[in-house]
Amino acid sequence: MNAIALRVENLSKIYKIGQTVGYNTIRESLTNVMTAPFRSLRQMGDRRRKGEATSPRSSVSSPPNTIWALKDVSFEVKHGEAVGIIGRNGSGKSTLLKVLSRITAPTEGRVEIRGRVGSLLEVGTGFHPELTGRENIYLNGAVLGMSRAEVKRKFDEIVAFAEIEKFLDTPVKRYSSGMYVRLAFSVAAHLEPKILLVDEVLAVGDVQFQKKCLGKMSNVASEGRTVLFVSHNMAAVRELCPRAILLSDGRTLNDAPSPNVISEYLSAQSDVSSGDMAVSDPLLRRNSLPNSRFRWTRVTIKNSEGRVTGLLKFGEPFEIVLQGVADSELTEVRAGFSIDSVLGVAIFNSFQIDNGIPARMPAGQIRFCVRMDPNFLAPGLYKISLGANGDGIIDFLPTTLQFTVSTAGEEDKNPWRNYHGGVMRYPCRWYIE
Amino acid sequence: MSVSEDKADQMAIPAAPVTVIRPPRGWIPINLRELWAYRELLYFFTWRDIKVRYTQTVFGIAWAVIQPLFMMIIFSLFFGTLAKVPSENIPYPLFSYAGVLPWTLFAAGLTRSSDSLVQDVNLVQKVYFPRMLLPLAGILSPLVDFAIAFVILIGMMLYFGYYPGVTMFWILAFLVLELMLAAGLGLWLSAINVAYRDVRYAIPVLIQLGLYASPVVYSATFVPARFQTVYGLVNPMAGILEGFRWAVLGTKPPSDLLFASVAIILVILISGAFYFRRREKAFADVA
Repeated sequence: MNAIALRVENLSKIYKIGQTVGYNTIRESLTNVMTAPFRSLRQMGDRRRKGEATSPRSSVSSPPNTIWALKDVSFEVKHGEAVGIIGRNGSGKSTLLKVLSRITAPTEGRVEIRGRVGSLLEVGTGFHPELTGRENIYLNGAVLGMSRAEVKRKFDEIVAFAEIEKFLDTPVKRYSSGMYVRLAFSVAAHLEPKILLVDEVLAVGDVQFQKKCLGKMSNVASEGRTVLFVSHNMAAVRELCPRAILLSDGRTLNDAPSPNVISEYLSAQSDVSSGDMAVSDPLLRRNSLPNSRFRWTRVTIKNSEGRVTGLLKFGEPFEIVLQGVADSELTEVRAGFSIDSVLGVAIFNSFQIDNGIPARMPAGQIRFCVRMDPNFLAPGLYKISLGANGDGIIDFLPTTLQFTVSTAGEEDKNPWRNYHGGVMRYPCRWYIE
Repeated sequence: MSVSEDKADQMAIPAAPVTVIRPPRGWIPINLRELWAYRELLYFFTWRDIKVRYTQTVFGIAWAVIQPLFMMIIFSLFFGTLAKVPSENIPYPLFSYAGVLPWTLFAAGLTRSSDSLVQDVNLVQKVYFPRMLLPLAGILSPLVDFAIAFVILIGMMLYFGYYPGVTMFWILAFLVLELMLAAGLGLWLSAINVAYRDVRYAIPVLIQLGLYASPVVYSATFVPARFQTVYGLVNPMAGILEGFRWAVLGTKPPSDLLFASVAIILVILISGAFYFRRREKAFADVA
């Protein structure tokens, strides 16, 4: 199982930027055609001098008005491995997949792929609105590289997964967008290549369907097929891929177990690190009573050394400091917070009265400190939501401050030991009976 | 994973196809083996073009007949009856229809194939397949229209007392030639169209021009004998049209004209394929 499925060596791709119409101007094209024979002669000479074209010509500085969408990217993927590709918009993720799926050609470098490649860069490519669902299954299947016999064999499965039995013979232009997307994903999901390249296809459909897609994807990964998965959904990357590659400006920043790479990526995002956020802005209060008698004003996170930060090490105890203001003396108030996962799901919440602090509160500023010790949160990104309720009080601020729990390099060298799912690392007690 | 499966997997790996991606340099050979491997997709693209052609029309596939039929009627009226264009002693409607038919096939094929890459830009930018399939499907799909309109030709022949002979089988050869020409031009024009949408506007003009530059409404015998070769070189459709008419109606068989046309068709097809391959790598970025 150690055979290499995919080997990428010094892959680079340059793009022209600015308003170039077509390849170049017609005049340029014509001169190009005229000088082409001489140019290739010269290149041959160059190559001979350099001793074959093995050396990438990266020493050549990039011409003006161009951008390296990929620059000297190298990595290997073994058969059966699932690798996530992450990075900000424009970091070269999609270009990488496009080069690997032979849609666009690289400028430099070399890629070697062993096995049939299936790429899902977009769901529903090749669907024709005038054709019926049945016809589109065959057409789309063929476009994605399935033979007619293969589609025929999986036809019922595809239809069942998409849940469109009744509309098989209706032109897809009459489909609801949900049906359309379901059918499109279903065809794509039944493609069975050795190597699957996936770009953000999970960003379609409603939450329930997204979950279904995610399930299908993890099946693919667990069936021992090779998967390259580009996504902005860190939870999905962590769920599906034990290993991740972080790209930035077309270069590889990190290539390691995905929890490490994800936390590096997240902590590099500027809005995470401060660990302090003022929340008195009325614009944040869409879910609050307009003149609630108690309002939250500030939320802060301190690490184990007492420093304000949005970046915590895995397992590091920390403190959440919550500040609020009461207009008058309050007799009945419940004030608290929740910690939410990146997906916006509350992991747990906690209120001051849970811990013996009375529901009565004097007028004026108040400051609650919450010690989070031990810290069970798994490496990842979290958000804090604030809430308060009581007589004449509703102050609810969903997802205010973000913070990151990083792996901080305390990982085992063997990647298989590191991978965990879920948002918590509960301190379970194991024993053998 | 169990041991036996592991073994099977390792055995499967050497057999797996190895694809190497490298920056393309210079002229890229045409990969016929790959085209063959993707023949099913060519079929599906052609099938899609045919299926989609007449959806949401009242007359549907009847348009395949109406179009050439009306062209024939108009030509018969203006060129046959009014201008009295000589038609080698064949009733003018039959004479012109036997020209209109292959011409329509050519014109439709050229129009569809030259626009094919732009029409399916979504596919080109999202999925890999040999790009040549799109313009090729564009020239194949009008064959269905041709076949339907051909039935009318047979009907007209019987009506005018021309009984189909053995030479009819030559039609196939001329069809192949015609598809080769349309493919050659389609490859050139579709590749250019990706970058310069001017092609889209030039095509209708070229087709109008080509119609009158080709022996559709008149006979190629109009052109003096010593210019026949030049005529065939400049307008390869001339040889095909004359050949088609000979095969159907037994007019004067083409000779120099046809040889010249065949030669230039081969040049166009091969150069078109190479030009297309050279441009192919940039399609996804430029379109």
